[in-house]
Formats: sequence, C-alpha cells, structure tokens
Amino acid sequence: MKKYDAVVIGAGHNGLTNAAFLAKAGLDVVVLEKNDYVGGATVSRELHQGWQYSNCSYVCSLFRPEIYQALDLGRHGLEVVPLQGSATFKQDGDYFGSYHQPAVRRREIARHSKRDADASIRFDADLMKWCRLIRGFLLRTPPDPASFKPRDVMEFAYLLKRFYTLSESQIYEFIRFFTMSIAEYVEEYFESDVILAHFSGGSIIGTGLGVYSPGTAYVLLHHAMGDIDGNVGSWGFARGGMGSLTKAIASSFQSHGGELRTNSEVEQIIVKGRKATGVVLASGEEIDAQVVISNLDAKRTFLGVMDPNDLPADLLHRAENFKIRGSSGKLNIALDGMPEFPALPEGSSLTLGHMHFTDTLERLERAYDDWKDDRWSADPYVDTVIPSQYDPTVAPAGKHMMSVFVQYCPFEVEGGWTDAKRDAFGATVIDQIAEHSPNFKQLILHVEVRTPLEIEAEVGLTEGNIFQGELTLDQLMFNRPFPGYAQYRGPVKNMYMCSSSTHPGGGVMGAPGTNAAREILRDLGRRDSTPRDFGDD
Amino acid sequence: MVSIIQSPLVQHDAKQVLLPSPFHPRIEQHCLVKNWMSWNGYQTARVYDTLASEYFAIRSSCSVMDLTPMEKYRISGPDALSFLNRLVVRDVSALKPNRVTYVVWCNDEGKVLDDGTIFHLHQGEYRLCSQHHQLDWLLISSLGMDVSIVEETHEVAALAVQGPTAYSVLSAAGFDGLDQLKPFGILHTQLDGFEVMVSRTGYTGDLGYELWTNPSNALALWDALFGVKQRGLYDLRCIGLDALEMVRIEAGFIMPGDDFNTAETTVRAGHDRSPFEIGLGWVVNFDKPHFTGKQALLREKDRPIERRLVKLAVEGNKPPVDSFLYDGKKGRRIGTIKTQIWSPILKANLAMADVEYRNGKLPVQIWAEIYYQKELEWQVTWAQCRISDVPFWTHPRRSATPPQNC
Repeated sequence: MKKYDAVVIGAGHNGLTNAAFLAKAGLDVVVLEKNDYVGGATVSRELHQGWQYSNCSYVCSLFRPEIYQALDLGRHGLEVVPLQGSATFKQDGDYFGSYHQPAVRRREIARHSKRDADASIRFDADLMKWCRLIRGFLLRTPPDPASFKPRDVMEFAYLLKRFYTLSESQIYEFIRFFTMSIAEYVEEYFESDVILAHFSGGSIIGTGLGVYSPGTAYVLLHHAMGDIDGNVGSWGFARGGMGSLTKAIASSFQSHGGELRTNSEVEQIIVKGRKATGVVLASGEEIDAQVVISNLDAKRTFLGVMDPNDLPADLLHRAENFKIRGSSGKLNIALDGMPEFPALPEGSSLTLGHMHFTDTLERLERAYDDWKDDRWSADPYVDTVIPSQYDPTVAPAGKHMMSVFVQYCPFEVEGGWTDAKRDAFGATVIDQIAEHSPNFKQLILHVEVRTPLEIEAEVGLTEGNIFQGELTLDQLMFNRPFPGYAQYRGPVKNMYMCSSSTHPGGGVMGAPGTNAAREILRDLGRRDSTPRDFGDD
Repeated sequence: MVSIIQSPLVQHDAKQVLLPSPFHPRIEQHCLVKNWMSWNGYQTARVYDTLASEYFAIRSSCSVMDLTPMEKYRISGPDALSFLNRLVVRDVSALKPNRVTYVVWCNDEGKVLDDGTIFHLHQGEYRLCSQHHQLDWLLISSLGMDVSIVEETHEVAALAVQGPTAYSVLSAAGFDGLDQLKPFGILHTQLDGFEVMVSRTGYTGDLGYELWTNPSNALALWDALFGVKQRGLYDLRCIGLDALEMVRIEAGFIMPGDDFNTAETTVRAGHDRSPFEIGLGWVVNFDKPHFTGKQALLREKDRPIERRLVKLAVEGNKPPVDSFLYDGKKGRRIGTIKTQIWSPILKANLAMADVEYRNGKLPVQIWAEIYYQKELEWQVTWAQCRISDVPFWTHPRRSATPPQNC
C-alpha cells in the first residue's frame, strides 16, 4: 500500500497552504477534503445561476504577501483588487464616509467633528504601532514561555526584544490595548457617535463579545493588521470570489506534485504506539502517511477525529473548553441591479467599499445583548460589500452580488433553529438594509442565508465560529489553541495542527498553515520551503 | 473628554479632492504650469511659472503666496494665556498685544509635536498658527482650563507678501502705517473699507509681511496687491511651495514633518525628536514653573541627546538628495540629509541634516555620499559638509524699521 509523506485533513486555505509548502519541499502530500469542492471557508460557489458567492469569507487583506509570493499565487491565477473606502449610514438619514482619498476622508470626519478629524491622526499612528509589532510575529512559531529549550528561549528573547522596540509609554499603552474594550479604546480618541461606531465595528466581527467587553480592542487590530501592497488596513476582493485564492493555492500545490482528494471525509487519525500513522476515511479506506496534519479546528480535531484513548485527559479537557462560539451569520444575495442608497450623494464612491448601518456604540452593544440571550440581533451589525462593482466575473452584466456579513447570530437559538427562524433571521438583515435602500428588496433574485448552524454543517467550523476559536488573549500566541501545544505539534508524534485554531489565528491569512509547514519540515529534516517575514524596517 | 463638537454638518463634494482657497479664482489664472499639490487639503501650487523666477521674486523683488491652508486656531477666554504658556516650551507670558512669537510645543515626553507662531491679536485674544493639525492636542491640553479653542483655518484668508520691495508694494497698494511696524509686530488696518491685519512675519528670512482678512475680502485684497503691478510700479509674483522651500532653508527655518518626524505621527520609538535634538533648545525656557514636556526635557541633562538636526553646507554642486552622512570619506555612517536645496544667492548646496551627537559634541567631520545622474548614467561622489550655527543667509532689511532702500 502506498505511504504518503504527509496527509493533510481539510482543504481549507490553511490546509492547502500547508500542503503546498510541504510539496514544494519535495514531500509526497495528499490533501483530503470532505466536500466535493476545495477551499473550506474560502470559496466561490455558484448557488444561483450566473452568480459566484464568496459565501463564507468575503474580503482579503490578512493573507500574507510572503506566502502569496512564495507560492507564486499570481501566476496561479490569483488577483486581489483593493476595495475603496467604507461608510456607516445613520438613522437620521445622514452618513459617515471613510473615503479612500485622505484629504476627503479628513474633511468628512471633520463634517461630523473637527476634533475627530485631528484625533484620527493619533488613532492611525497608535494603531500602526501595534500593527507593526504584531505583524512581526505572524510568520513565526510562538515560543513556549515555560520551556528552557534553546530555541524557545531564543524565540522568547526575540519576542521581548521586539516588544522593547516600543518606548516606555508605548509599552504601557500596548498592555492596556490588549485588555481594553473597543468602545473604551475609541472613546479615548473620538467624540462623534457615528465615528465611534464606525471604527468599532471591526472589533466584534466573528467574536462572541460586545463593544464594551474587555479584549475587543485587539480584535480591531486583527482586522487592521493586513495590508494590500503596503496599504495597511485596506481590504481587497479576490477576483472571481474568495474561491480564487484557494484555487490558486491548490494549483500551486498541484504544480509541486501534490494530490487533492475531494469527497474524502476523514473519520479518524490512526495512532499506533503513540505515533500517528495515517487516517481512516468515512468510506473505510485507510491512508498511510509519515505525518498527519489536521486543518480542522482544535475541537473537531481532538474531539472529532481522534480516539480519546490516544490523548491526554488534560488535552481533552482543554479541547472541551476551547472557546469557539458561533456569533456570525452571512447573507449572500443576487441582485437584479445596483441598489440605491439615497443618503449618499449622487454617484458616490462609497458603495464601492464596506457599508454599515449601525451608527452608535449603544446599538452595537444592544446587538450583542440579543446574542447573549440566544437570539439573533434584532438590529444587527452588518458588513456589506458589493464586489460585482469591480469584478465582472461574480455576477452577470448589469446584475450585482452582495455579500452581507452579520453580527450577531447564535449557534443555538432559543428553541432551536428551524427553516422559518433562519428565514426570519435573513429578513431581519434585509429589512435593515432596506431602511437605507428603498429599491433593495425589489432587486433581490436569490438569497442564501447562513446561520452558524449552516456554517458548521457545510464548512465544518465548530459552532460556525469563523476564526476557529475566539481571538482573546487566553487563546492567542503561545496559548493558541492550548498552552503547551502552540507549536503546531499534536499530542502524539507525527501529528500536527495547521488550522486557524493555531497561532496567529483566524482570518484568511495563511500564516498557521505556513508556520506548521516550517515545523514539520524541521522535524523531518527537510529543506525549509516557507518564506521569511518581509520585515518592516 | 472635553466634548466640543465644532462642526456644522455641511456637505462637501467628495469628488473635489482638494479644496480651493478663497484666492483660488486668481491663483488658478496665475498658475501657468498647473503643478498642484495638497497642503492641508487645499489645492496649492508647487510652482506657478518657473522656480527660478519665483525664488528671485522673494529675494530681489516681491512675492505673494497664499497662506490660507496654514492651520489657524483662535484661542480666547480667561485662561487663554496660561493655557498657551503651558502648551509651548517658550515663555510667552510677556507677549504683548499686537506682537507675534515663534513657538514649539511638545508632548509630555518632551518630543516636538509641531512648531508655529502665536499672534496676540487683541488683549486676551490669540491666534495659534501651526504646520500640522493640532486641534486634538490643543483640546487635550486644555482640560481643566477655561479657554475656548476654535479652528479657524478656513475662516481666515491669508497672504504672505515677502521680498525687498514688500514694504513698497504694500504701501503702494494702499496700506498706511507700515513704516513703524517692527518685526513680529501686528497692525490692524483697513484697505478700501475692509479690515486687514498685517503682521511683519514670514518664513523667508527676508523683509516680509503676512496679511490676514475675512475670506469675503480675499479677491479684493489680491486685486489691490496686483494692481500695483498693473500700474507698472513694482513687479509682483506668485510663488509656490518649491520656491518657499529654497528660501526657508537659506533662512535656517525648519519644517516639522520634513526635517524631523512629529511626535504624534511617530510610530517607531526613537524616531521623534526633542527641541534640543532639532536645534531649538534656544526656545526652551526652564524658568517657567511648568510647561508640557518640561520634566522630560530636564531629564535630557542626565540622558544627553544623541542626535542633532543641523544646518549643513555641502561643498560642490551635486545635490545631496537623501544622502547618507559619514564621519569621513568612506567612514562610519553618522546621519542623513533630510531636506536640501541649491541656493542661487549663495551658489551652494544647503541642507538640513540629522547627525549623531556624542558626548555633547557634533561630529568633527561630515562627508556626504551623493548619488547623481547625468543623462541617466548614475555616479557617486563624496562631498565634505560644514555645519552652520547661524542661518545660511540673512539680510539687514529683514529687521530694519522703517524698511530702508526698498
């Protein structure tokens, strides 16, 4: 029977990235995917004829350019087009537009508060300080702070050295930043309600926390630390939808001789003598490999595809308690034309960017209150984009594709989810958008409504948590997914983790898959095919 | 947090990326080469016609520049003076009405946020002009004080009229009483029935004035000035920011953001600068009971500064653009050029440079490594540099009252 060098469970973007680097280093690699398509939560799916929905992740910023370059994704068909600006619509009929032109953006902030226009300079510079620090850690394996192995000690020293590139006052601010709520953080800069709300929204995306919950300030950073061609914080559309990204990685993987198998759900990781030796598929087929890499989230890996007898009790306990709460929903909408937003000036560029309809911190917090009570938000926070304005491949000519990310939507709704409740959730979101767009409802040709339940069922993300585990300090860096297991190695020999449940966490970043590949190649004594961080200075 | 939402919710045209100043209808006619840039969000000319003609207008006849984009704040109220005196490192407590002074302000770490000028407009009423946006910091600094701070950049139209014949031009345009106006003095006067404030201030190191008026009078003011030229009395030229850059370096004036990184925008620790590090120790007054940054700056006595911004004359004629500086020809790297110009009046390369400052001493020798190209072929050369403790160029007419032979 054939024995692979490596088998990767799950063809999400991190699984593919991991596999591509292993194959690039000369390993014989197979990626197993339960669905009949690859991509995991980074897909383009034609669920309505003529429309390509990026039906999970929908914009791209965090994906590391080092990986893009190393896997030659441009030649494998990837193109990320930067999107321009963002807007928050107000309930009084006005709006705030974060224009892509700095001079215009400044004037627009000043329209709401002259002070805030100046404070945004301080806000941007401060955020850049933290981005600059954190970005240096993305393509590195976190050190084990309790270990005295030379590599851990050196890596920890590197981390501290980076940390001490901050000035004294920056160190104080940085520590505060990690523990603060986003609301308290932005209130140290801004006074205008709509600007406070606009800059806070990114902090609750995918997170079972509210704008006043401590720890949410960091989530803002997690969304702001990406960049497109050096424009830090900007987001882009993958041409053809997010599936283009995973298609490009898969193509790069295959160009290095990798093998992809869809419709191949893994039932169990085989462990013999405390060593992983392969996997068993749901079909009963066994696949042998020298190393087994799980791209499933930590819960699904340890509680789903591993035998508890192969695992330490403590690890199972950690997995059981891993915070991976579903809090987000998604609507993918096929539109017969471009919706009108009468609050915006004629021909405004703001529809080209992210659109939000929550104009106060209080409304953001109330949206969270509903989630805590096992209800979807009656007045949700949405992140709406219409990529078909840039990308002719995602909708027929003259028609449009709208992607609506929704916060909050619970995994377990009061009384359990039903089709009727799912539709009611969808209607809540559509009603909110329609308040600002009178012709929106008439234009709707098809809607795909996804609650965390559907996301879990189709993609496999436990509870539908988009980050494969929440981005709170107790689950970041050397705590991700669990203390002692943050270096991508599993609890048994030859078993690894490469999913977003590992450092540096969720988002379409590719870093966990890359970092895991580096560790695997190191253990196997193979050439390191992974890229080094470009560095900042 | 002080909540003063100073903003009428006035819609603006997002497709008009840069704002026109109140003088724009005339500026657009004068600007022949349409070489525009943004200055604080205003459409501003880099060059109007040719750089040489604009430079020599400043140095040998009379130049006009639109100053409106400069940030302006009106500061008033019972605590206005104590607010300002705590804000800036200089002692401004004795600033009399109708006088102007140059100031620098720091954060609590003693790092420079910006520089500018304080105008004592009327008893207890001040205008602070700054290079960069400062409202956020001014409001933070006003906590606990009874002071009103209002941004008035767009509410005041301003022109700089600079050059040897500036006095004659303004007199011919109808301004009276300028003969007794001393440097850094203010004159409130009238021209053709509207109010104009004249200050004998500038950024050129030459004789010069700045005119301040309501935007509704902007075009009338402009026309009164250029009427002097139309009548054939004196030449008068609009100058862009490129010519200004030449004369301000000749005059030894620094530019926050270009010559050093301002504290508020500094991301990397150590990339901001204290007043001593940028050669502005002379404006720091430790005798004041308190000012923002005082404690930190006092600590510099124990932890001496390690870098200094200096005025550097670079030998030869190859422009030391972005050059690295060394302690000897092919020696150890000790600094970089920040900004540089060719001075037509001195026939020399002049620069602002950031260099090492060890044990309270500037480098003995400084050499610049200069890359330059002729017809796209690149060359490298070395040029020795000389630090200048005084402005590269000054002229007695700048400070003579009344202005003479102009």
